[in-house]
Amino acid sequence: MDQELLSDLYRRMSRIRRFEEEAARLYTERKIGGFLHLYIGQEAVAVGASSVLEAKDFFITAYRCHGHYLARGGTSRAGMAELMGKDTGCSRGRGGSMHFYDAALNFMGGWGIVGAHLPVAAGVAFAQKYRDSDAVTICFLGDGAINIGCFHEGMSLAALWNLPVIFVIENNYFAMGTPLSKTCPTEDLSIRALGYPMARASVDGHDVFAVRSTIHTAAKRAREQRMPTLIEAKTYRYRGHSMADPAKYRTEADVEEWKQRDPIRVLGEKLDSLGFSETRQRIDREIEDEINDAVQFAENSPFPSADSVAEYVYT
Amino acid sequence: MGEAAPQSAPREIAIRDAIREAMSEEMRRDDRVFLMGEEVGSYNGAYKCSRGMLDEFGAKRVVDTPIAENGFTGAGIGAAMAGLRPIIEFMTFNFSLIAIDQILNTAAKARLMSAGQLQCPIVFRGAGGAAFQLGAQHANSFDHFYAYTPGLVVVAPATPYDMKGLLKSSIRNDNPVVFFESELTYSMKGVVPEEEYLVPIGVADVKREGTDITLISWGRSVFLTLEVAAELESQGISAEVIDLRTLRPLDRDAVLRSVAKTHRALVIQEQHQVASYGAWLSHLITSEIFDELDAPVGLISSLEIPMPYSKPLEAIVLPSKERCIAEAMKILEGAR
Repeated sequence: MDQELLSDLYRRMSRIRRFEEEAARLYTERKIGGFLHLYIGQEAVAVGASSVLEAKDFFITAYRCHGHYLARGGTSRAGMAELMGKDTGCSRGRGGSMHFYDAALNFMGGWGIVGAHLPVAAGVAFAQKYRDSDAVTICFLGDGAINIGCFHEGMSLAALWNLPVIFVIENNYFAMGTPLSKTCPTEDLSIRALGYPMARASVDGHDVFAVRSTIHTAAKRAREQRMPTLIEAKTYRYRGHSMADPAKYRTEADVEEWKQRDPIRVLGEKLDSLGFSETRQRIDREIEDEINDAVQFAENSPFPSADSVAEYVYT
Repeated sequence: MGEAAPQSAPREIAIRDAIREAMSEEMRRDDRVFLMGEEVGSYNGAYKCSRGMLDEFGAKRVVDTPIAENGFTGAGIGAAMAGLRPIIEFMTFNFSLIAIDQILNTAAKARLMSAGQLQCPIVFRGAGGAAFQLGAQHANSFDHFYAYTPGLVVVAPATPYDMKGLLKSSIRNDNPVVFFESELTYSMKGVVPEEEYLVPIGVADVKREGTDITLISWGRSVFLTLEVAAELESQGISAEVIDLRTLRPLDRDAVLRSVAKTHRALVIQEQHQVASYGAWLSHLITSEIFDELDAPVGLISSLEIPMPYSKPLEAIVLPSKERCIAEAMKILEGAR
């Protein structure tokens, strides 16, 4: 297997993991406010997907957005500064944890109302088709979003108009504290695609290579045939819904079972077994330095100035 | 010496045609502009505001949608954030409530939350307010829901001239614009020049000059307000009529200037009174130029009753000329 690819995927997933572990620490120190929804455990989905998409493609996601932002190429510095509400943040302190943006990366946020961004994603894809661009739009959502009206309306329009969009349900089995079994009568969430209809797939979201190949197929379908796809990626978040959630609705053993297959651990072990343990250790050190630097950068950055409070309301 | 060229009468067209001209002209001018909504294409618009547009621009740019307000509103917003300039038609603003989250929470906030990285140049337009006995669910005036929200521009013109000029300005505006029309006035005709013109957003218009009292209104209620002014004139009272035309941003100077001149103000609105736009206007006038006032600011609104179907009951709930005159007289007497 290609060492460069393995290393790159490992680095990207590790960056998200360490970024968020630090964010959790800073949250308990009250240096980060508001809600903090951690992506820890789900890294293979964002990283696998972004690794097979192109610079011209568009990303949009919900409020658990740090991982997608970093996977897309956002910097740890701008992300950490945003969490601290600093002017150097990726949304200049106006967005916070749930609202990361980077227009230069075609990273369209970071949206806080469950499911509301699905029609928006359809619209971003509509614009690509309107302009005869072959750019693909990828839209991430949680399993908690599949029962709200916007899910249906977004999917419906995407199928009706043959829009080049990929919807990725990151099924982490809990809508906040409510288990999937209480919110959905099926185990394969991708079957929701059948009625529209649209192509579908269900994939092991802890397997970064399975994610890559599934997204690759969907992206090809979107780019070449202008057809949407619904993908379910079965994954798990190791932390609570947000930092306010102690996650008492599941056992340690439940979490441990998923951790045994942790995508970062698995990839690290693969690098080691292929004789690249020095590379892996170097990556670990570099990520450690990067995250420490990001925290320093964020702490030392200024807050937005008081006289800028009314900026960005109107053009 | 030849004969003088015959002076042609100024062109008069209906509001629905003024709206169609505005949209069509802007679509010819800018290929990023497109129209999307229920019945806008092959049906030519539920109120025929887009008659012939599908033929001219094709299905790519005149997009019929399923009945899915949340879906097509969100899709319009996404398209706007990705560089297009959509016009979203709500058959009526009663149905915009299904999509109000998209308008208030997505469109209005994209720019701030992204620190200006995302723009949302989109127009949400359609009929608002009561019409002919539509019953409680189809007769709502939601001007204030939208005017309440920073990040939105809210436009509510009355005349065909203003409707066309302001719609063109709205389509060219880089902010999300909520644009109110009225089912009752789509057929109303007025002078609209052949040549292109714009009416600026955020500028009120003195529809009638006067000295004794300022009547403030917007949207369809402007026509009622002009009737009230005419009736007052027959009783020897000179009323000035301010047509706000835009609710956000409000032309504060125009309002305050007029009231400072007449020293009396009456707001006439189709909304209910509690927590309404008129209530805010009253606060603005009272807090800014209290010393200029010879009487408390008056506010005529719909009664606090969901709109009944029956014709005489509907007439009672809506602002009437009689109620407006009585209130104006009270204000004028209070000044003596």
